[in-house]
Amino acid sequence: MDLFTEGDPIADTKAPDGPVETRWDRRRFDAKLVNPANRRRMTVIVVGTGLAGGSAAATLAEQGYRVRSYCYQDSPRRAHSIAAQGGINAAKNYRNDGDSVHRLFYDTVKGGDFRSRESNVHRLAEVSVNIIDQCVAQGVPFAREYGGLLDTRSFGGAQVQRTFYARGQTGQQLLLGAYQALERQIGLGNVEMNERHEMLELVVVDGRARGIVVRDMVTGEISTEMADAVVLASGGYGNVFYLSTNAKGCNVTATWRAHRKGAYFANPCYTQIHPTCIPVSGDHQSKLTLMSESLRNDGRVWVPKAKGDDRAPRDIPEDERDYYLERIYPSFGNLVPRDIASRAAKNVCDEGRGVGPTKLGVYLDFADAITRLGRKAIEAKYGNLFEMYERITGEDPYEVPMRIYPAVHYTMGGLWVDYDLQSTIPGLFVIGEANFSDHGANRLGASALMQGLADGYFVLPATIANYLASGALEKVDAGHPAAVEARAEVEDRIRRLLAVDGDRTVDSFHRELGQIMWEHCGMERSEAGLRKAIDEIRALRQEFWKRVRVPGSGEGLNQSLEKAGRVADFFELAELMCIDALHREESCGGHFRAEHQTPDGEAQRDDDRFAYVAAWEYTGDGEPVVLHKEDLKFEYVHPTQRSYK
Amino acid sequence: MNLTLRIWRQSGPQDKGRMVAYQVDDVSPDMSFLEMLDVLNERLILSGEEPVAFDHDCREGICGMCGLMINGEAHGPQRGTTACQLHMRQFSDGDTIDIEPWRARAFPVVKDLVVNRGAFDKIIAAGGYITAPTGSAPEAHATPVAKADADAAFEAAACIACGACVAACPNGSGMLFTAAKLTQLSLLPQGQPERYTRVIGMVDAHDEAGFGGCTNAGECTAVCPKGIPLNTIGRLNRDYLKATAKGAGTPGS
Repeated sequence: MDLFTEGDPIADTKAPDGPVETRWDRRRFDAKLVNPANRRRMTVIVVGTGLAGGSAAATLAEQGYRVRSYCYQDSPRRAHSIAAQGGINAAKNYRNDGDSVHRLFYDTVKGGDFRSRESNVHRLAEVSVNIIDQCVAQGVPFAREYGGLLDTRSFGGAQVQRTFYARGQTGQQLLLGAYQALERQIGLGNVEMNERHEMLELVVVDGRARGIVVRDMVTGEISTEMADAVVLASGGYGNVFYLSTNAKGCNVTATWRAHRKGAYFANPCYTQIHPTCIPVSGDHQSKLTLMSESLRNDGRVWVPKAKGDDRAPRDIPEDERDYYLERIYPSFGNLVPRDIASRAAKNVCDEGRGVGPTKLGVYLDFADAITRLGRKAIEAKYGNLFEMYERITGEDPYEVPMRIYPAVHYTMGGLWVDYDLQSTIPGLFVIGEANFSDHGANRLGASALMQGLADGYFVLPATIANYLASGALEKVDAGHPAAVEARAEVEDRIRRLLAVDGDRTVDSFHRELGQIMWEHCGMERSEAGLRKAIDEIRALRQEFWKRVRVPGSGEGLNQSLEKAGRVADFFELAELMCIDALHREESCGGHFRAEHQTPDGEAQRDDDRFAYVAAWEYTGDGEPVVLHKEDLKFEYVHPTQRSYK
Repeated sequence: MNLTLRIWRQSGPQDKGRMVAYQVDDVSPDMSFLEMLDVLNERLILSGEEPVAFDHDCREGICGMCGLMINGEAHGPQRGTTACQLHMRQFSDGDTIDIEPWRARAFPVVKDLVVNRGAFDKIIAAGGYITAPTGSAPEAHATPVAKADADAAFEAAACIACGACVAACPNGSGMLFTAAKLTQLSLLPQGQPERYTRVIGMVDAHDEAGFGGCTNAGECTAVCPKGIPLNTIGRLNRDYLKATAKGAGTPGS
């Protein structure tokens, strides 16, 4: 293949060795500390204010660092973590149902289809218990039992009830907890908050991340902000597919710009397709809406047994329905992990048994649960989700089964980080969904909130201190040649986008790119399809730079210009995703290659060849990317064919 | 459906602004209101006009970013629904729809339908939190919370800070927003130590930001997409009175 070359493997992930349960303690003890008086003289930039960025900015400020925080929304409280519905996992074992740190660790490594780093996942499971304590102390209104203690529920990929929740708005409530801690620090003058600002470039001085170039989205002003370290908490890149459950503004620009400056991008092809989303209704569709995975606790997934059965769902008798998840996976039933549930839905639709106007849908039926528990109980658990479903579709899910179909939801890939969450650029840390770290090839439900808060509250604040304490950094300001150059690149790019003045809108390109990606780099991928996609992406990217029309100017609020910059970066990312998917000649988790499946259609891993993290290095426009492998070692959880049967 | 839209256009804070009429045809009833605006904007861009600026993000009714006055109603005609979740099946062929930004002294217009709601953040920064620095938390089950209190706290915590309450209020008051946060935190045992400094701090910040006072008009709760109850404001008033009687200062004072 001429698409990439192979470089040196990644030899050191900075993870301590020895017993896995002692590694994080030892890392924290070995990490250098910054004394409180010196912290006041150090500035840390945090990009993004979701669970990871918000909690990190608040915690760093509490510790005494000067923090500058940036978000593209009009308030830090609106970051997309707010839309997470179902819950947050923690190994509290309050249910006395056999849970433990080790079991959460085990479930997460297995759920990730043995493509994550054991050291990181164990740490995640360890700090999960502290997260719940922290959030309760902040006043997060978790669901409680009548005795006043916290309630939990089940989520996919686990047989214990370890998911804490706040009705269907867990992300919102956790984010507001972090946001309030952040606002407290803003009020105290410890955090300088910059809303409606977008990071457009990373400033690297002498090989270290020392600042960012940002655009004030209201005035259009470009400025260069310098610091001692930069933290990216800018979320995932699911919007490369145009249609996804991400917020419309979610984008890859911050991490992609860092990638172009030398940060490796790891496992970009690992995309999570969530099985329970409201199906597409027409060409006008601008985004997809998730129906929480928690619904699979009580809803039963089915399609008609016969192809082309057009009867209304209630007219289809019980024995002519195929509850296919319960049939194929009797031990996990409707609660199989997301990748498995999504692919199963695709398979039954491919067989011609899909439901709804587009035939790209399956039923999620609550009739049994309503009979068993009563409508009131279902309302209390899922009321807001049912209402949302009705507003969007015009159908009442208490009466008619929901129709659902998989949609892009989360990206497990992201910037490569070591055990300290530091990228390949010293001084550049990456947390939350923006990094590739803990979920392997498939994230389990209710683990994104856990990881975002683990990184922000507990991991990063310890590891960044080690970096900041490791020797005085040279004093640099925005006049440094590297900073001036980064700023000039940003200004030049904006000028070029405005200058094309073509005849197609940004959205029309974005939609077309999304179609290519969904078709060839979505739920099922093949060599021929991926090669075709790469050609199509390259052609479309060229056309974009010839034909896009961005109205208005760079001065002042220009939403078309913001979108254009983001889509331009999505083109480059899309190509890398396809290269990564093409090179990984195996199926694992969310990455399913048609050529690599077991006789009964499950993902077929190839541990001999692919038990590694693929970290990609950018070497220049049009140049082949360079693959660096980080070998994964499994000392505690031995890779097996995942079975949920 | 074919619709006539009359939209507020204002190029920036200095511009006086005006309503401009646009015709939008072939609107599907399955479109969301914002998708209908997307269609208009695509057309405006291709015909060389400036698209309409409006705020939106999650389009799931939870981020609170969108906020439009639709025919004079905050978030439009459907109760309990943000503009992004409003679907065109709520309208009829031939309708004329007026679309305006939130109008309130505390929310200056940035451009077209986009306003600055930074005043809400200032209210939170002035006390809308429980001081619990990372690492200092006791075991979560150390403090049980009665389910009724936890549920009521949750109900108040559902606020998304969209600002509809302010836009609907004849006084441009932000009391429902402020009261929602105060109610959540004052119902929980964790929120007790700062209960009275919190209410002073937040109410002072509310008044300083240019919001009007509450005269119990109740418009706020009627338009609230999350159904924040009006009795939260009663709770705020009671706590404010007690705080004044106790001589409580602002947080940290």
